[in-house]
Amino acid sequence: MKNKDIKKRGNFAFIMKIMRGNWRFFWVCVVTMALSVCLSYISPKIVGVTIDSVIGQMDFNLPQKLADYVAQLGGRDFLLTHLFICGLLVFAVAVFSAVFNYFRNYSGAQLAQHLSYKLRKMLFDHIQRLPFSWHKSIQTGDIMQRCSSDVDTVCNFVSGQFTDVVRIIFMLVIAYTLMFSINTKLALACLVFVPIVIGYSGGFYGKIAKRFQLADEAEGRMHAIAQENFTGVRVVRAFGRERQELDRFKAGNAEFADLWIKTGELLGWYWSIGDLISASQTAMLLIYGTLLTVHGEMSPGEIIVFAMYGGMLAWPMRRLGRTLGEMSKAGVSIGRISEILSVKAEQDNDTDLFPEIKGDIKYEHVSFGFENAEVLRDVSFELKAGQTLAILGGTGSGKSTLLHLLNRLYDLDEEKGQGKITIDGTEINKINRRHLRRNIAMVLQEPFLFSDTIDNNLKLAAPDTTRDMIESATCTAEIHSSILEFPEGYETLIGEKGVTLSGGQRQRVAIARALVEDAPVLVFDDSLSAVDVETDSKIRSALKRRTKDTTTIIISHRISTLMDADQIMVLSEGKISEMGTHTELLKLNGIYSSIFNIQSMFEEEMETEVGANGV
Amino acid sequence: MASEINQNNFDEYALSNKFEFKEWKRMLVFLGNHKRYLIPLLICTMITACVDALIPYFSRYAFNNFVGGNTTQGIQWFILLYAIAILIQVTGTIIFIRNSMNLDLRVGKDLRNACFEKLQRQSLSYFNVTPVGYLLSRVLNDTFSLGGMLAWGLADTVWTVSYLIFCSVSMFILNWKLALLVMVVLVGALVICQLMEKNILRLNREVRRTNAKLTASFNEDITGAKTIKTLAVEDSVCHSFDKINVEMRTKSLRARRLRSVFQPIILVLGTMILAVVISSGSGFAGDPEGLGTLAVFIAYALSIIDPISNITDFAVDLIALQVNVERINRLIDAEPLVKDRPEIVEKYGDIFEPKRENWEPIKGDIEFDDVTFRYPDGNVDVLSHFNLKIKSGSCIAIVGETGVGKSTLVNLACRFFEPTEGQVLIDGVDYRERSINWLHSSIGYVLQQPHLFSGTIKENIRYGNPDATDEEIIEAAKVACAHEFISKLKDGYDSNVGEGGDLLSTGQKQLISIARAVVVNPRIFVLDEATSSVDTETEQLISKVISTVLENRTSFIIAHRLSTIKHADLILMVDDGKIIEQGTHRQLLRKKGRYYALYSRQFENEEQGKIFART
Repeated sequence: MKNKDIKKRGNFAFIMKIMRGNWRFFWVCVVTMALSVCLSYISPKIVGVTIDSVIGQMDFNLPQKLADYVAQLGGRDFLLTHLFICGLLVFAVAVFSAVFNYFRNYSGAQLAQHLSYKLRKMLFDHIQRLPFSWHKSIQTGDIMQRCSSDVDTVCNFVSGQFTDVVRIIFMLVIAYTLMFSINTKLALACLVFVPIVIGYSGGFYGKIAKRFQLADEAEGRMHAIAQENFTGVRVVRAFGRERQELDRFKAGNAEFADLWIKTGELLGWYWSIGDLISASQTAMLLIYGTLLTVHGEMSPGEIIVFAMYGGMLAWPMRRLGRTLGEMSKAGVSIGRISEILSVKAEQDNDTDLFPEIKGDIKYEHVSFGFENAEVLRDVSFELKAGQTLAILGGTGSGKSTLLHLLNRLYDLDEEKGQGKITIDGTEINKINRRHLRRNIAMVLQEPFLFSDTIDNNLKLAAPDTTRDMIESATCTAEIHSSILEFPEGYETLIGEKGVTLSGGQRQRVAIARALVEDAPVLVFDDSLSAVDVETDSKIRSALKRRTKDTTTIIISHRISTLMDADQIMVLSEGKISEMGTHTELLKLNGIYSSIFNIQSMFEEEMETEVGANGV
Repeated sequence: MASEINQNNFDEYALSNKFEFKEWKRMLVFLGNHKRYLIPLLICTMITACVDALIPYFSRYAFNNFVGGNTTQGIQWFILLYAIAILIQVTGTIIFIRNSMNLDLRVGKDLRNACFEKLQRQSLSYFNVTPVGYLLSRVLNDTFSLGGMLAWGLADTVWTVSYLIFCSVSMFILNWKLALLVMVVLVGALVICQLMEKNILRLNREVRRTNAKLTASFNEDITGAKTIKTLAVEDSVCHSFDKINVEMRTKSLRARRLRSVFQPIILVLGTMILAVVISSGSGFAGDPEGLGTLAVFIAYALSIIDPISNITDFAVDLIALQVNVERINRLIDAEPLVKDRPEIVEKYGDIFEPKRENWEPIKGDIEFDDVTFRYPDGNVDVLSHFNLKIKSGSCIAIVGETGVGKSTLVNLACRFFEPTEGQVLIDGVDYRERSINWLHSSIGYVLQQPHLFSGTIKENIRYGNPDATDEEIIEAAKVACAHEFISKLKDGYDSNVGEGGDLLSTGQKQLISIARAVVVNPRIFVLDEATSSVDTETEQLISKVISTVLENRTSFIIAHRLSTIKHADLILMVDDGKIIEQGTHRQLLRKKGRYYALYSRQFENEEQGKIFART
């Protein structure tokens, strides 16, 4: 029980939080709703009085002041010849009621939309600030669902279901109060139906919900068959299995249809029994009302009033049962959204430093790993500003992680023995994250470009950059001429709705984007591998000319790239196995020199393959 | 390879301009197939409408005879009759819903089967240019909506029109002057409803379009989290999202504002009718039957507005769904690019009913005779007067970088596409003189991504040949070196592969797909980048398998790992869809051209990998 209470309290607090700033919509909605409901009950009254006292012969059953006013006008006879006044009154009341109704609807919509906006904003902004480790652990589809359908459910609950329930209860209370004031016996008889209808709608709906779920699952299966067939069309054709696929689909289709038909039959019972109950109420009203009228306890006008009230309540009562059942879904959605919001974000601290970065980088005894695996072991090295470091390593040697630590995508905890990284002598943990990242231009291994123009993609990290800067960057990255070949040049849209770039092109755009940042530290995480050898060397020579003062770190496996660096590091299973200049490492006769010798190995191989018959 | 997809064709939020009956006429045929539900539905609808229109007469009778006459004599018969009327209503509802549901789902089912069957006949080029999502929407979602529309829409409209006709007739009989007045208001109501609904529809589409933008933005910014953090552009990304978020709120409110006005207006219109009725009440003042007639008119006034808005709902829904009807019609009409001539179908059967008795055995000689070819959506000839003779049993390798169009030759050989000019001969006969299925049943195909279907391992292997015995399946698994790991699984060959093959590693799945191809005992074997998505260990295993499997079969190997194709009888190097070099491995190396460059690069990578693996 306790857990449930805590959850309920948590849910309530959550709703209070998001309602902040939006209360005005809620109150307008409630007040206009109350006014509209009250007004809507006046029309039947007017009709009743008209029928009884104007058309009929009874005395006016009105409050004294009103009765006097009517008498002043000329009483019954006047009204009889000017019946349109009554009609007009009914109409006027309806118009007022409608106006309030509109404001109620609209303020409800405003509440829903403002809540949606707020929730979406909260979620989006928070997600952007969550640490990289969270992003790696989630499934995009799951998060998307929470940000869309769960948000909808919560907003629907507050602005729709909740206000609906309040309105319907309000209507019921007022209607029955009025009915009781007219005739207790008949009102009691009608009252009996209320719990029946509500309970019936709620209970039945629960049963049907289960059927809906089964039908949903069958649809999921049919969807899977179709999707497998369309994406695997080559296999289906190549093996000539069209007949079998068709049979499989027809079977799934039939299963789906049958389940829905069964649900439909249940729905048929649901609606007809519901109709039966409503019709019984109307019949009972009419018959009992007639009896009472004949015995002089009621007037015909009053029966009509009763009938009108009863009619106004029929649908809302059935809705109430169903709405009450659906409201529990909101709790689940709130939980799912809270899960995201409660994760700790990357914080900016007040003690953060914003030093000017020159580019001296030092790794001191860095050891780092993930849940069950150590990735880096005791890595220490130093890189002076303006120098280039090339890193060579096999898959899983820890190269990328080395770079991710520099960027604070992961943080090192010195107290846990993970070591530290300093830039210009300052520990990076003390430097403001965004400031640090702005000063380190990193090109990732798999470049990600946004669905936007090439120009906007390039300017993303440096919105104030100049045209010249952009073109100089794209020239260095050997992509300028390719961009000009596109129909709209720099304004070409890329991504799903636009042009698809090849792997090499994307890589070069990403490199240009990094260059535009004009940062003191430049990092390439194996970014030149998608580009062919010629372009690679062209880019690097251009880079050399450009970036004399930039500290550069390149991960690569191409000897030509490695050779040029001021320092070369060979990383193996998380440890630095060799470090030095090209000539130093060749002398070591270790991994580096073996790799360097591959070239001559290749020439040997060629000779055996081809040489025998003369080249 | 394919040119840009014209986005407009796949815009999910397009609206038709006007009503085209001929598109809907084709849908009516589907309705006609289910007369046993359609006819009772229509009859029952009209009867219930009639009873619904007559129910107020009970009130009239009650008022005139019992209240007016101040007697309750004969009330038992009255109650009985009323009960019977209610029973008819309730039974009517049950029949209505049952038949509607059946009609809805059966029509939907037929539509789905028709679409799916058509797609099985479609050629590959169709799937290359049509997104899978589009197809799924048409086959699953549109058919569902259309089924609903054709069944419920029709039934509702028949009920509404019948009800309105019966009410009108009834009103005219009782008091034609009043009836006329009511008619005027009704027509006005219809016009207003129509105008509003059309606009609401348009605004709703806008909202859905914006929602798609919102979802896409959310999706992109979660997927690209690493890049966003690295570039430190969280703020700008949040800012861009906020713009879309606000747009969503604004557009939603605009749509809701219109809808908020709609409902009150409907109520006001209904009350207008009521007011009109009341105002003319003086005509009933002295009439002994007057009160009863008045009651009837009041009942009609209250209940007649909703049907009016239902009609306009229906008209607007027709417009809304028309786009989907057009799309489904086009899907069903689309002629496949590659199909057999009628004489061929006569002799060899078609894909659903093959006539295997007439099939000649295949040896496997393939000849490209003066073949010119361009892709249907391409604007350049990919092959031009191309000639190549392949003897049965030889191995042809096709190499090149990723995505350069290596599959063209295979596509032509397997008759997934047909030459624009020239012919492809199998065993000396143009393959268009034999059926498509004849060729496909002799092809074993292994793709880059092992495409398994949900089911057991045994079912997946059997997919290649439904008549295969268990021994044949195990034999094929042994040849594919898959038997060992399958036997180690808990359920062995009956193990579930999981949706899309989730429960096995990629390497294991690939071995199973090789077994699937082997079981066909094909004369022509195609390995389409079969090893590019597996790890090195599995790749070596598969290479071993391949050499055994390909003995005595004509084979095509598409690869970009050269170690697997060194021993092919002929190697074709492809770039940008065109064959730029051909020869044996030795000949090509001697040329020192692109093949040589590719080979040296791969050699380097492989050796590097080995060096790192050693440490």
